[in-house]
Amino acid sequence: MASLRSFLRSGKTFVILFVVTSCASVFQVNVRDALNQAMDEELERDERVFLLGEEVAQYDGAYKVSRGLWKKYGDKRIIDTPITEMGFAGIAVGAAFAGLRPICEFMTWNFSMQAIDQVINSAAKTYYMSAGFQTVPIVFRGPNGSSAGVAAQHSQCFAAWYGHCPGLKVVSPWNSEDARGLLKAAIRDDNPVVFLENEMMYGVPFELSEEMMHKDFVIPIGKAKVERQGTHITLVSHSRCVGFCLDAAAVLAKEGVECEVVNLRTIRPLDVDTIEASVMKTGNLVTVEGGWPQYGVGAEICARIMEGPAFNYLDAPAVRVTGVDIPMPYAKILEDHSVPQIKDIIFSVKKVLNM
Amino acid sequence: MQKMMTLISNVLRGSVSRNAASVVVSSRSYADFTPEATFDIKKVDLHRLEEGPPLTSTLTREDGLKYYRTMQTIRRMELKADQLYKQKIIRGFCHLYDGQEACAVGIEGGITLSDHLITAYRAHGYTLTRGGTVREIMAELTGRREGIAKGKGGSMHMYTKNFYGGNGIVGAQVPLGAGVALACKYLGTDQLCVSLYGDGAANQGQIFETYNMASLWKLPIIFICENNQYGMGTSVERASASTEYYKRGDFIPGLRVDGMDVLCVREATKFAADHCRSGKGPILMELQTYRYHGHSMSDPGVSYRTREEIQEVRSKSDPISMLKDRMLSNNMASVEELKEIDIEVRKEIEDAAQFATTDPEPPLDDLCSHIYANEKSFEVRGATPWTKLTSHS
Repeated sequence: MASLRSFLRSGKTFVILFVVTSCASVFQVNVRDALNQAMDEELERDERVFLLGEEVAQYDGAYKVSRGLWKKYGDKRIIDTPITEMGFAGIAVGAAFAGLRPICEFMTWNFSMQAIDQVINSAAKTYYMSAGFQTVPIVFRGPNGSSAGVAAQHSQCFAAWYGHCPGLKVVSPWNSEDARGLLKAAIRDDNPVVFLENEMMYGVPFELSEEMMHKDFVIPIGKAKVERQGTHITLVSHSRCVGFCLDAAAVLAKEGVECEVVNLRTIRPLDVDTIEASVMKTGNLVTVEGGWPQYGVGAEICARIMEGPAFNYLDAPAVRVTGVDIPMPYAKILEDHSVPQIKDIIFSVKKVLNM
Repeated sequence: MQKMMTLISNVLRGSVSRNAASVVVSSRSYADFTPEATFDIKKVDLHRLEEGPPLTSTLTREDGLKYYRTMQTIRRMELKADQLYKQKIIRGFCHLYDGQEACAVGIEGGITLSDHLITAYRAHGYTLTRGGTVREIMAELTGRREGIAKGKGGSMHMYTKNFYGGNGIVGAQVPLGAGVALACKYLGTDQLCVSLYGDGAANQGQIFETYNMASLWKLPIIFICENNQYGMGTSVERASASTEYYKRGDFIPGLRVDGMDVLCVREATKFAADHCRSGKGPILMELQTYRYHGHSMSDPGVSYRTREEIQEVRSKSDPISMLKDRMLSNNMASVEELKEIDIEVRKEIEDAAQFATTDPEPPLDDLCSHIYANEKSFEVRGATPWTKLTSHS
């Protein structure tokens, strides 16, 4: 269904065929499998790459993202850790110091708070403090942000927290193409990368072209993608909310409003140029994120637009659509109202456009 | 011959400047010195070990002179840093190592430079033993462009080959060290990693997490607790329910060693290194040592301990004096020779301090460099939206 929708959004009019045979030049791959394949290929390509984290090996991954990897690569390269985030994150960083290329999984990014000192003080800052002597080629990855019914301690978005810190690269893929290309890029990058996945996207299938399935397919970190061209307003988003923006755009298109949807792909370094170019074209901006509003990703984007050339092109103030400024509640009705919904995006667009 | 002439002339010079009565001039050649001697060393307390390091240590004249020189260099370098700090030429944090020299030098005597080492912030001594020069260490303390970290790191963030700092967050270096050890094992080398921490850090949770994983995975790591009796101003009895730090690794075998005796430290380190290299997994050493200075330069170091205590350690257990006495009483060196080394060390430190105070500060162009490795240059936001700075890898 998701691929059907994505076809509709993109405005293509040819007949959709669900291709399952090997002569196909498109592949249906969900985000989980895209991540799995990316790791598999990078483990194969470079012996220094290894994966560690809770349940990543024999359990196949808490969310099955590392399914099959332990069976293929064994104990040396796929390592189950005890429940000791600070310890194993530190070990992963130390291994990176000494020349390996670890992938350190946090079962969810909420648990990274146990280890955040190692991510920031040991990983992010070391290249600078050592004046370029000590590199830290590590990827920290795991699901980020809200899930479904997991309540306050398991639902926080850390894009703003990690995006705040120089020395880190922070990546937030939306679809399978993003997941695959960005994870490969992250693993090949010689710098510490915070890789923010989304649990609710794991099972969502997307189409990948043959080119995207190539083992050297990488997406450059630091470059946003315009997922949908538009003329009236720019919607900037990351991760799961990109899908909501595209859905909102489809609805708004029926009312004659053409939204340009920008998928950030990378939180840090932020691709301000792409956002500015879009805003200078459309004259209006709404940012959409799952995280809390105060000091968030949207806040940064709005500040940058204010400070740059795009400000003079704004026909209205830029606004943010965000998660509600509360810890995540459990009851479904409350949870549904804690996160940005498609109707919130549509409402905001109309407000900005004074419709 | 040259050396003998130097010795004679030094002694004569000495006698000329002295107003006192005539001095007995004795000339010594190398042949007169004992090439090596065996010393009894203190027995080591053991935890989960049947046998420990040997009770004697054989020291060659060459090694003795090397250890003496290195310890003296550390001592003088730290005292010079004290001076420069009081003159406000060194700023921020400055944690001095004088008193603990036997640890850094003894450890290095038990491993090689292809092994790895990581420590916390009291790191100037280790930066030296791991291959840094006094010049680049002092220039880093004064924040100059020729500093070992180009002035970007300061006292707590010095790095060199197989030396991972210099770490400011108490305890964080211990899992990092285990990660280095994991890499040693992963890459199939027989190298190990020495991971140091203090009595204050010994209660950090992440250290226990590291003990667990290092043991589970049999990592080639030597955990070393430098117990200098005080974590900042808190004595060990006030901080730890158990002050037997060599036993705190529980399932990890441990040794408690006299950290003021460079030979004790060396033999224990060799023993520990053998243990690791034979694939037995981690081992823990507690080095009982003492720091003469306070925790850092902002701590006079006398509010939580008495001057008498400090003086007692200085007079009875000073690591440099201990080695000197051993060598002299066993005819392994002469007083003049050691004095000569002292003079050379003093000169080296003076020159380095001179350099460190005159070398220019890093260029402003360097402000934003070294954010990312192997990356093309990119723009960094300055203090205002109009200040556009550039970052180079």
